[in-house]
Amino acid sequence: MASLITCPHCGVRPKEEFSIRGAAGPVRPSPSARQEVWHAYAYVRDNPKGRYQEYWHHAGGCRRWLVVDRDNVTHAVFAVIDATEWHKTAGSRI
Amino acid sequence: MKLWEGLEQDFNYNAMISQRGIVNLFHSDGQRDEYARRGNGMRIHGVDAELLDRDEVRRMMPYLNFDHARFPILGGLYQKRAGTARHDAVAWGYARGADMRGVDLIQHCEVTGIRRENGVVTGVETTKGFIGCNKLALAAAGHTTTVGRMADLQLPIETHVLQAFVSEGLKPAIDHVITYGAGHFYISQSDKGGLVFGADIDYYSSYAQRGNLATVEHTIEEGVGLIPGLSRAKVLRAWGGVMDMSMDGSPIIDRTSIDNLYLNCGWCYGGFKATPASGFCFAHLIAKNESHHVSRFMRLDRFERGHMIDEGGKGPQPNLH
Repeated sequence: MASLITCPHCGVRPKEEFSIRGAAGPVRPSPSARQEVWHAYAYVRDNPKGRYQEYWHHAGGCRRWLVVDRDNVTHAVFAVIDATEWHKTAGSRI
Repeated sequence: MKLWEGLEQDFNYNAMISQRGIVNLFHSDGQRDEYARRGNGMRIHGVDAELLDRDEVRRMMPYLNFDHARFPILGGLYQKRAGTARHDAVAWGYARGADMRGVDLIQHCEVTGIRRENGVVTGVETTKGFIGCNKLALAAAGHTTTVGRMADLQLPIETHVLQAFVSEGLKPAIDHVITYGAGHFYISQSDKGGLVFGADIDYYSSYAQRGNLATVEHTIEEGVGLIPGLSRAKVLRAWGGVMDMSMDGSPIIDRTSIDNLYLNCGWCYGGFKATPASGFCFAHLIAKNESHHVSRFMRLDRFERGHMIDEGGKGPQPNLH
C-alpha cells in the first residue's frame, strides 16, 4: 500500500513523513523553449495506469527531494532514489 | 439545484434526495471574509446563502467542538436548499430515465478502442464488437486518460484515489451536511442512520480503487477534532474510488481536437453534486456543437491559452485541488 518508503538517506520510513509533488516524468524545458513545450511540461500528463515515477519530498526527515518508482495499481514500490540521481539519468530515459 | 429538485419525477426513481441544508464552517477571519465573498457571489447569481455567526451555528449544531484551540469555529456559510442524495440510486435512476427515452445501455461491455477515419470518429471497438456512431462523448471519470489515449488525446489530468466512510447506524444526530473549513472533512447522516464522511485524497497517483491507512487516520482525526462524539462511533464500511484531478481543480466540458469527439472530465472529487447540470451542459454541447453559457469557460484549451479557472489559487498541482 506504499505505506513504507525506503529513503536512500534515512532508511525505511512511514509515508506520512513525505509530501508528494507529482509526476517526475516531465522534464523542465529551457527558458527559451516554445510555448507549446512549456504548456506540455506544466499541464499535460501521461497519467499511465501501472508503473509511475513521482516526486516525493522527505519533509519529515532528510528534506531531500526523492523520486519514488512504484505501481499505481498494486501500490508496490520498486525503487526510491534521490532526485539528483534521477536527473543525472534523465537523458537516457524514454 | 433546480435540476436536482425535479430529477426523481423526471427519471421515475427514488434517489432519496433530501434538502437538509449545508453549512460550510469557517475558522479564521480571513476564511470568514472568503465565505462572505462566496455567499455574495451566490446571491448575485440568485442562489440563497446566509452567513451564520458562531452562536447561530452553535444553536443548530451544539455537538461541534467550538473551543478547538487551533481551529475554533467562528461561523458558517449556510445554503438551506442543498442536501444529500443516494449516489447509486442517482446512477440507477439515470439508467432508468435513459432507458425510458430509448437509450441502449450495454452492461459488462468494455470499450477497447476508438476507430477513426479521415480525422473523425466512426465508432468504438468493444469486447462485444464494433459500435458505429456519428458523435462520441467521453465521460469516464477516473479513467479519462485511459479512454482519451484511444483517441490520442493529451490531457491535463492525473488520477488519484479518494476514500469515503460510513459508520454503523445511529439515531438521528446530524441534521445537515457539514464541511470542515480547516481541512477537507465533510459529514452527513444517511436515512438509514449511518454517518457518511470523508476528507482528503491520498495525494499520490493511484488507479487502485483502495486507499491508504494513513489517510483513514487523518480523516478520523479531522472528524473527531470537529465532532468529539464521533470518537464513539464505529466505521462500518470504507471505499476508495479514482478521480480525474484536473490541473486547475475545475472540470472540462468541451469539444476536442477531433470534430465529433466530446469530453466531460476533470471533476476532481466534486462532481457528484454537479451531475444534473454537468449532463445538461454536456447534452447541449453535443446537440448544438457549442458550449452552454454555464460551461463556456470549462474549455480543454484554457491551460494553453492562459485562462485557467483555478478557484483555489493552487497552481498546476492536481493533488492540491
